[in-house]
Amino acid sequence: MEKKNTAWSKVEIARNPKRPTSLDYIKYIFDDFMELHGDRISKDDKAICCGLANIGNQNFTVIAQQKGRTTKENIERNFGMPNPESYRKAIRFMKQADKFNRPIITFIDTKGAYPGVEAEEKGQGEAIAESMLTMTKLKVPIIAIVIGEGSSGGALAIGLGNKVYMLENAIYSVLSPEGFASILWKDSKRTEEAAEKMKLTSKDLLNFGVIDEIIKEPKKQEYNEAFTENVAMKIKEQIIKDIEELKTMSKEELVNVRYDKFRKMGC
Amino acid sequence: MIVDKIKKRQVVQTNKKSRIDIPIGKWTRCDKCKNIIYKEELRENLSICPYCGNYFKLHINRRLDQILDKDSYKRFDFEVETKNPLELDDYPKKIETLRQKTNILEAVSIGTGKINGEELVICVMDSGFMMGSMGVVVGEKITYAVEQAIKLKLPVVIFSASGGARMQEGVLSLMQMAKTTEAISRLDEAGLLYISVLTDPTYGGVTASFASLGDVILAEPNARIGFAGRRVIEQTIGTELPEDFQTSEFLLEHGFIDKIVERKDLRDTIYNIIKFHKKEV
Repeated sequence: MEKKNTAWSKVEIARNPKRPTSLDYIKYIFDDFMELHGDRISKDDKAICCGLANIGNQNFTVIAQQKGRTTKENIERNFGMPNPESYRKAIRFMKQADKFNRPIITFIDTKGAYPGVEAEEKGQGEAIAESMLTMTKLKVPIIAIVIGEGSSGGALAIGLGNKVYMLENAIYSVLSPEGFASILWKDSKRTEEAAEKMKLTSKDLLNFGVIDEIIKEPKKQEYNEAFTENVAMKIKEQIIKDIEELKTMSKEELVNVRYDKFRKMGC
Repeated sequence: MIVDKIKKRQVVQTNKKSRIDIPIGKWTRCDKCKNIIYKEELRENLSICPYCGNYFKLHINRRLDQILDKDSYKRFDFEVETKNPLELDDYPKKIETLRQKTNILEAVSIGTGKINGEELVICVMDSGFMMGSMGVVVGEKITYAVEQAIKLKLPVVIFSASGGARMQEGVLSLMQMAKTTEAISRLDEAGLLYISVLTDPTYGGVTASFASLGDVILAEPNARIGFAGRRVIEQTIGTELPEDFQTSEFLLEHGFIDKIVERKDLRDTIYNIIKFHKKEV
């Protein structure tokens, strides 16, 4: 690990299978979390977990992309790559949150939406678009946190928050460095160079104005319970602070602030 | 990912080392049936191959001519400079070269126009410009056009032709998906009609944002439309995909588009749909 501060080293950290997953953080952030299942159409796709949670008297809806740690878990979670059913499940929970006036917390951690035959047959593109469209209309506060890999539309699909955060060593990009290198230079091996060029670190994204703040991680990337708890507590603090602020806004304001936030991006 | 498969096809189209020596300028060759076609004839045939019916991609101006009443197009006076957020060495030069070659400023043109006197806001993308990819300028322009439609209380028609988000502008391109979706959401709230017309190719971040959000979604026949690129999927599953995978017909069968419309009928079809949405009788 001699090149500690390169963008590529961040990519490796963000992808490290030992890194805490959404459910690991959720356990520490919320007093209680009850996972609920299914898109009510055809399936319970497990690359996105949805459920109800609370911190004290404040209830939340949680929508989280979930990678596995073991091979068995990863097969079950489809390596954290959602199929359309995952997005349709997320949409169901977004609408439910809106109905019961529960703020939504989303956790982003995916290589991207799954590029498969069935995913295309079932409208992967439409599912992502519809998920974003649903978020634009929600009259509840939304907080999105990129905890690991935030890659492409598959990540953004649950990313239209009033507040958007990244963990210090998370990445957020239009596609993977492998894809970038293979398209731009026709050489998928130039990934390290691609990662440097792509400006995908939390610092870059803060500079672009895409995220509101960076959530710090312990210096030592040693993935144990203490690490998870440390980061989870910082996320929790931020959620509590934001909810105080966002709850003072009217429903219309929440929608309009979100509009203005994304309206400005890139200008 | 998506983009490069499409690029490869284009290379075939313009390959100057082809076996038959084609005089540049007056003649072109059909990518599909390989017949040599007189350009003038192709143009009169709505840029459809007279031999095999293959659809050639359309330049923005040609598309506008085919759809709108003569001289009714008024381009919005709204220009945004293409920036280089990733500070790539050759990106600005590439944009400049393309501008000279294609005679258009960016991959989309926005404005108002009329079909049989019915006024509408129209956005036309051009896959000849950086594969029609959506960077900040494309995102901005589509959003601006939709916002103008809300102000003017007009229906919106968007012709998509795009390889997806423009990776040369990194994550800012990705965010244009959110921006355009926000705009479509407001149009929806305003109760205004949005007709999305998918043309070859429509992929990635464009499919996964405004292109899939039309009240009515039309497609030209045999257009390639999808989220993930064909090659990426083939790599993932390790087998070749059938010829008709991700075509308009495939999407119609799976319930993701309303209707496949031939190029010659698009103008009338759009007009009829607008008329069906007129509020007063």
